[in-house]
Amino acid sequence: MITERAEALHHTAGRESGKRVAATPIATLPLQLTINGEERALQVEPWTTLLDLLREKLDLTGSKKGCDHGQCGACTVLIDGKRINSCLKLAVTLDGAEITTIEGLGQPGNLHQLQAAFIEHDAFQCGYCTPGQICSAQGLINEGHAHSRAEVREQMSGNLCRCGAYTNIADAVIEVLDRRANGEKQE
Amino acid sequence: MNAPAKVGIGTPLSRVDGTEKVTGTAKYAAEYNVPDLLYGVAVSSRIAKGRITALDEEAARAVPGVVDIVSHRNRPKQAWLDRSWKDELSIPGEPFKAFHDEQILFAGQPIAVVIAETFEAARFAASLVEVSYTEEAHNIDFEASLAEKFTPSHLKRRNNYHPPKNRGNADAAFKAANLTVEGEYHLATEHHNPMEMHASTVEWHGDGSITVFDKIQGPQGDQAYLASAFGLGKKNVRVVNSYVGGAFGSGLRPQWQVQLAVMAAIHLERSVRVVMTRAQMFTHAHRPECSYSIKLGAEHNGKLSAMINSATTSTSRFESNMEDIVVWGMMNYDCPNASGEYFIAPRDTYTSADMRAPGAATGMTLFEIAVDEMAYKAKVDPLDLRLLNYSNVDAMNETPFTSKALREAYREGAERFGWEKRTPQPRSMKEGRELIGWGVATGMWDAQFSKTAARAVLTDDGRLEVASAASDIGTGTYTVMVQVAADTLGITPEHIRAKLGDSDLPTAPVEGGSWGAASTGAAVQLACQSVAKQLLKAAEKIEGKPLHGANSIDDLVFADGAIALKTDPSRIVTITDVMKAAGLDRIEVEETASPGISGMISMMRKSRNTHSAIFCEVRVDEELNQVRVTRVVNAVAAGRIINPKTARSQILGGVVMGIGMALHEETFGDRQLGRWMNHNYAEYHVPAHADVEDIEVIFVDEPDPEVTPLGVKGLGEIGIVGTAAAVANAIYHATGKRVRALPITIDKLLDAEPDVA
Amino acid sequence: MIRFDYSRPSGVNEAVQAGAGAQVAYLAGGTNLVDLMKENVARPLHVVDINRLPLDAIEEMDGGGLRLGALVTNADTAYDERVQRRYPLLSSAILAGASPQLRNAATNGGNLNQRTRCYYFYDVDTPCNKRNPGEGCGAIGGVNRIHAILGTSDHCIATHPSDMCVALAALNADIHVTGPAGERVIPIGEYHRLPGDEPWRDNTLKTGELVTAIDLPAEDFASHYTYLKLRDRLSYAFALVSVAVAMRIEDGAITEARVALGGVAHKPWRSPSAEELLVGEAPGDAIFATVAGAILEGAQGQGDNDFKIDLARRAIVRALHQAANGTPQSQTDKRIA
Repeated sequence: MITERAEALHHTAGRESGKRVAATPIATLPLQLTINGEERALQVEPWTTLLDLLREKLDLTGSKKGCDHGQCGACTVLIDGKRINSCLKLAVTLDGAEITTIEGLGQPGNLHQLQAAFIEHDAFQCGYCTPGQICSAQGLINEGHAHSRAEVREQMSGNLCRCGAYTNIADAVIEVLDRRANGEKQE
Repeated sequence: MNAPAKVGIGTPLSRVDGTEKVTGTAKYAAEYNVPDLLYGVAVSSRIAKGRITALDEEAARAVPGVVDIVSHRNRPKQAWLDRSWKDELSIPGEPFKAFHDEQILFAGQPIAVVIAETFEAARFAASLVEVSYTEEAHNIDFEASLAEKFTPSHLKRRNNYHPPKNRGNADAAFKAANLTVEGEYHLATEHHNPMEMHASTVEWHGDGSITVFDKIQGPQGDQAYLASAFGLGKKNVRVVNSYVGGAFGSGLRPQWQVQLAVMAAIHLERSVRVVMTRAQMFTHAHRPECSYSIKLGAEHNGKLSAMINSATTSTSRFESNMEDIVVWGMMNYDCPNASGEYFIAPRDTYTSADMRAPGAATGMTLFEIAVDEMAYKAKVDPLDLRLLNYSNVDAMNETPFTSKALREAYREGAERFGWEKRTPQPRSMKEGRELIGWGVATGMWDAQFSKTAARAVLTDDGRLEVASAASDIGTGTYTVMVQVAADTLGITPEHIRAKLGDSDLPTAPVEGGSWGAASTGAAVQLACQSVAKQLLKAAEKIEGKPLHGANSIDDLVFADGAIALKTDPSRIVTITDVMKAAGLDRIEVEETASPGISGMISMMRKSRNTHSAIFCEVRVDEELNQVRVTRVVNAVAAGRIINPKTARSQILGGVVMGIGMALHEETFGDRQLGRWMNHNYAEYHVPAHADVEDIEVIFVDEPDPEVTPLGVKGLGEIGIVGTAAAVANAIYHATGKRVRALPITIDKLLDAEPDVA
Repeated sequence: MIRFDYSRPSGVNEAVQAGAGAQVAYLAGGTNLVDLMKENVARPLHVVDINRLPLDAIEEMDGGGLRLGALVTNADTAYDERVQRRYPLLSSAILAGASPQLRNAATNGGNLNQRTRCYYFYDVDTPCNKRNPGEGCGAIGGVNRIHAILGTSDHCIATHPSDMCVALAALNADIHVTGPAGERVIPIGEYHRLPGDEPWRDNTLKTGELVTAIDLPAEDFASHYTYLKLRDRLSYAFALVSVAVAMRIEDGAITEARVALGGVAHKPWRSPSAEELLVGEAPGDAIFATVAGAILEGAQGQGDNDFKIDLARRAIVRALHQAANGTPQSQTDKRIA
């Protein structure tokens, strides 16, 4: 029989705890970020995720919200060159970080190799998972652990695509990997 | 002019909206930067059925930034009559009306929407709304619901439902058959789960009008629905859906988030955005669960003599969703005796809905598993059995097809796959610890056409804009429009802009049923032909009349921004010169493509369908029963292919979703609580990169000038039909284990016994 | 997500002081906690961001072991050359879990403390004794395909979702924690616990205690090991059953073998008495089957998850073969070795 409420329940509790603090305003904290090369001095509430900061406050809507729980990869951005799910990062924890989003990777008229390869291979349909796939692929390239097609598939598995463009995505990523392996470097 | 470069129908043009999509500049419903926007977060019902007795909003309203809470208690006026809530694809019953009253009809039903200055404040406050209920008995269990199954009377059926037409005497033939197969087949509840969660941004203009950026598959149906349901007047509602992050049917009908966003906007006279959570994505449309009893009788050689079909699919208590489940085998196979019956069973869930190839993806797929079983019974190669029972006509409706190149699809698919190397015995192919299985199945879907209008505007700089209120949900509609226009007027795609996804544009139907490319394409072609006629007329004003002698545009070649005489290509003039000579700064036309009388007659006299042959290789670990789908070849007969690149992608996508149907996708419901439990992307599994290895798509030649004006049949759905059966049949060939319930998860395979030595 | 206060200490002592109050949560990579906060499962009133603490190194220990800082990410751990060479089992297990993005953010300390994927725990509109003590368990008699078959109680049948911890259990790792009462070391086997009468306790951490490091003892399991994970899709899914094996073989006979299971219990599951059966034996089907049976002694299905017993039995046998043969499971090639 369950006899007691645990003090070990240090961060789980019922609705009551929320009610107690309902009326208390949340603080606003300073945050310094470099986003796509641009230094930004921001003020954020600690409960704002990097994804919501980008999409709702900075109008950088290229990073997508597909689940908001780290289960789809659509929100993938690069933090200091590493791919992460921006939906699970509280922005305030990233003070001083360098963020690259799809908007920073390449722009219309100035496409990144991966962006061009995705178009060429028709590596998307609805396009909603696409920025996350491309940022993830850039992260995969930075990591340097994927070389074969099987490795690309495994290492891209954190990015779901409901339209089912997987084989074309793999083709696009492999093309860029190969081109880079053959000495063609992107600055 | 020598062999002018022409990007027309049949060329693999890269998606014209590709740049927007890969750079993140394509705007989806929740991404419009509207000034003074408020954020709404829905409060969802804990219970599955009953009534709300109290709403305690005190704590929620105390949260700084909260502006208001809208619920049944304070919502703006809604239309009373159910008919005012009918949308383009409504089905018999009472459409769901959020906040209409205190009734709870399904778990997760929106009860209130908390509106705040920030998303975070709204989300927090929504968690503080306390709801009291009186609960009523409920049922979401499909097996239990079968006790209440019924066939709706004629007047209460979906208007696109096709009842099975029986032929011969199936019962007697089955009893007399040399060989029989009899089984209960099952498909789990699936949720569409497009990557983009349903979202609506409502911009309040202050003059009584609103612009709704919505996730919807048809802006004009949405516009009419919102105008009617909330008494706004059609002129005051504009719906924009320029980009839709997948839908697969979940956006055919307006979903509840748009109701909430519009109600909140009206109530507060402010702009409001409401985005569903992924968990809330499990509180609306889903593919119905299906139970399908199939009996097949055949002669010793496998020639089918009887088929008896009985299927039931799930619906809600408030609407009667119906699908064509049992007709596919009856149409596809030559078999003198066939019967079918169909029921729906109500559960206390939201209404089931069309999901990629509704009916066929379920019915044809399950039927194709039964057909496979008969092949083993008859000791006939599964492909040969299908050829033995091949029907050149629609065997149920006794009508010829406008075209049916399924035989070619079987042949080309088998060749590419290497089917002849298959050894017939189950468990006869093995490599290391893996059993290898090869399976085949047939796919079939409708080739439909829907009345659609398009506008073309040619300006004197040689640029063209084509526009229609169609939608592109990843289907490639933008690209098809550009390509058909380029083909018709010989203008380079870089100089053509396609506009769609806006209720202000010329009338188009909802994007669904795979009719988009055929219908929008035909409308664009008509509009462009109309422009061409005006150009021909205008060319008369050019000195020397270079196009003289052309009686119609059929006598002309349009290429490279120029017009030439077919008979004498040296007689050529550029489009811009024609316009200048005629003093035209623009030519604007709008045309509507409709089936016309001959088309209507053809529709009655002939069946119009796409077909496919799917070949699949699986590798199954003999002891652990882990399944890998290592190879799929899908050979498709779908008339004329406008763009082989985007068309291929459509099929790839269908195949991937078919792999999900075969192995992964299943929504689990808790009977006691009456709610779906794995309502997230971590526990509702869709295929990931690692699950998809090698898929090949073949389009077989199938000229069909009759089916639609462009000879196009549509490709959005055929890719999924039958794919799961090919996987299931391959699993049987590998393991000797026949699993009749999809998805074939590892537990089912572990529990199954091989039925061969 | 409820309103909370945020602080970002730079030292361990400062963090522990900040963590001493009621309803405080330490935030590292955020891959689990932020998720739980969004679901309103975790409702901390104070979030202590420990990302700036100096716990982000992998260091050599005296005696040849390796100390993994609590804040080293899962990815950096898995790809660390020393870990790959000396503890390939750990590397493999980490790479079997989650996704590259999540592994880039998730930390070693956080991985230890991640909470169950039980549907009912995650859905605040359903009963759960782990989330709300005394409320009842929805999974018992409910949808329990992913639930535990070993060590369950009448109050909870949840599983621990980690892959990394299964390897740590096989490697006899030690967990360093610091709290209001000072530092202590908890052997991995005593770190996670069974639900019993207190299903809300996932582990034996006391209020305010913070994981600072994971010690990997100097043992050589680099030749005979495997991490075999079975799940509902081939990547990016939690384990239905997973098996970590660390083995030593001399002159054809097993001298030591450790077998840890994931996905089957509230903690990584080990059975020392069953492992003991392997000592002195030559690898083979018969002994492996006996051991599998012994490990699974007392396993009990809940209905939907009955299959896990058979699946685990088969997986143990296969994993033992993989380890004995020196053919560990690849996390890229999905063919099961």
